[in-house]
Amino acid sequence: MTRTERSPTRTGTGNRTTRVLGVSALVASGAVVYFGLVSTPPDEVQGDLVRLIYIHPAVSTMAFVAFGITALASLLYLFPRTRSWRWDRLAGASGEVGVVFCALSLATGSIWGRPAWGVWWTWDARLTLTALLCALFVGYLALRRTGGGAESRAIRSAVAGVLFAAVVPIDHFATEWWRTLHQGDTLESLHPKIHGAQLWTMLLSFIAFALIYAWLMFHRTRLEQLESRLENEGLAYALAARRAEGGPDVDPSASSVSTAASPADAPAPAAAAAPASASATAPAGASASAPAGRQS
Amino acid sequence: MWRDAALMAGKDLRIEARSRVATNQVAPFAVIVLVLFGFALEPDRNFLQTAAPGLFWVAVLFCSVLAVQRSFAVEAADAAGDGLRMSGLDPAGIFLGKAAAVALELAALEALLAVGIVVFYSTSLTGVALLLATAAVATIGLAACGTLYGVLAAGLRVRETLLPLLILPVVAPVLIGATRAWEVALGQSLDDGWKWVTLLAVFAVVYVTLGVLAFGTLLEEA
Repeated sequence: MTRTERSPTRTGTGNRTTRVLGVSALVASGAVVYFGLVSTPPDEVQGDLVRLIYIHPAVSTMAFVAFGITALASLLYLFPRTRSWRWDRLAGASGEVGVVFCALSLATGSIWGRPAWGVWWTWDARLTLTALLCALFVGYLALRRTGGGAESRAIRSAVAGVLFAAVVPIDHFATEWWRTLHQGDTLESLHPKIHGAQLWTMLLSFIAFALIYAWLMFHRTRLEQLESRLENEGLAYALAARRAEGGPDVDPSASSVSTAASPADAPAPAAAAAPASASATAPAGASASAPAGRQS
Repeated sequence: MWRDAALMAGKDLRIEARSRVATNQVAPFAVIVLVLFGFALEPDRNFLQTAAPGLFWVAVLFCSVLAVQRSFAVEAADAAGDGLRMSGLDPAGIFLGKAAAVALELAALEALLAVGIVVFYSTSLTGVALLLATAAVATIGLAACGTLYGVLAAGLRVRETLLPLLILPVVAPVLIGATRAWEVALGQSLDDGWKWVTLLAVFAVVYVTLGVLAFGTLLEEA
């Protein structure tokens, strides 16, 4: 459990992996655009509308994958043996990217639904489930933004991530039973049979969006890492910069301030480790020292 | 654990009995929500009758958010939460006790709201066994889920606004299930009502279990 990962020379969020991923994602997306809009023929029944299957299924699938990864990473964070800031960052980043993909999925679904069904929205089981998931994870992101101690925030959001995953099967049955009482699964019955060039383009779109997801994830987790570093080291860095501005004839008391600041950061990992043990006095000590570590 | 739960539930219910926040604020709020639905949906009797199960459960959901907020507001005042953490009570017991207190408050509110839909929406309550079974499992689920999210948001400055955002999407299946089951009980639908009771029971079991497991960890962070 290292609170501060040091790679002091790198300040951006990119590296060779992200560049390779980014270029691949760009190439794959370009290919999807070409095959999807130019090369493949329009559908017999749906006409050009069918071209949305080169976006919508891939985006929806990636949204579900992203939420799954959030739940899994949250679970790994909660297990004391595997607890690591890496899982917290992964869960947060995946939740964020997942909400973007989920919103895109709902938007592209609506764009398809309007001409195909005549309505922007229908209370189809799968649509309802997707909308519910989107709402759940918007709540998850809100919870991650509430501030407070880093450790406390990580535990709260990890528990929330697992809780949301636990409710998804129940949501699934609730929406299925509710809607199948009135009508069949609209998406299933209306999904056109696809083959040949269309199928390959659709598969390519899955690869493209998976690459985009991976690329976003690398940048987002790295950004979280930098944010926590700023939280931990930012003040000491700023103090050092101000001292350097003052030149040699600076007030000697300033240096005592800065030395006081850095030990205040240092105990943060130790204090953060405390709540894992369930002793009665530890939480009071930890909750008192964690905000102190942040404010100093 | 059970002794701690009983202590905790007794404490919360005593606070409610003495402060009268539930009776003076939450209960009138519930009735006002029912009346507002009447305004919104035209007082055409047939339409309100058809919508009664759904409106009833939406009102219960709103009240459950208030009840949970109240349940953790009493711990936030005068650092009572710190006292709770230091008390040495079993966290699972604290969870069960707080959830039980919320469930009992909700049950009382549901009784009031049931009278409300009979009076305002001219609903005749039929299929009493199904109505009561649905209400029982849905209330346990709502209370357990609400208490768990309540402690998740406890101690945060933005908890009043965050809590509805966290709770309401999560309890959506309770709204769907309880409404469908009540529609069956009131003779508005030929669906299998007990199937929905099963789903609500699963929801309740999942959240009671998760609450017992996770409450201690969250209480330390609150």
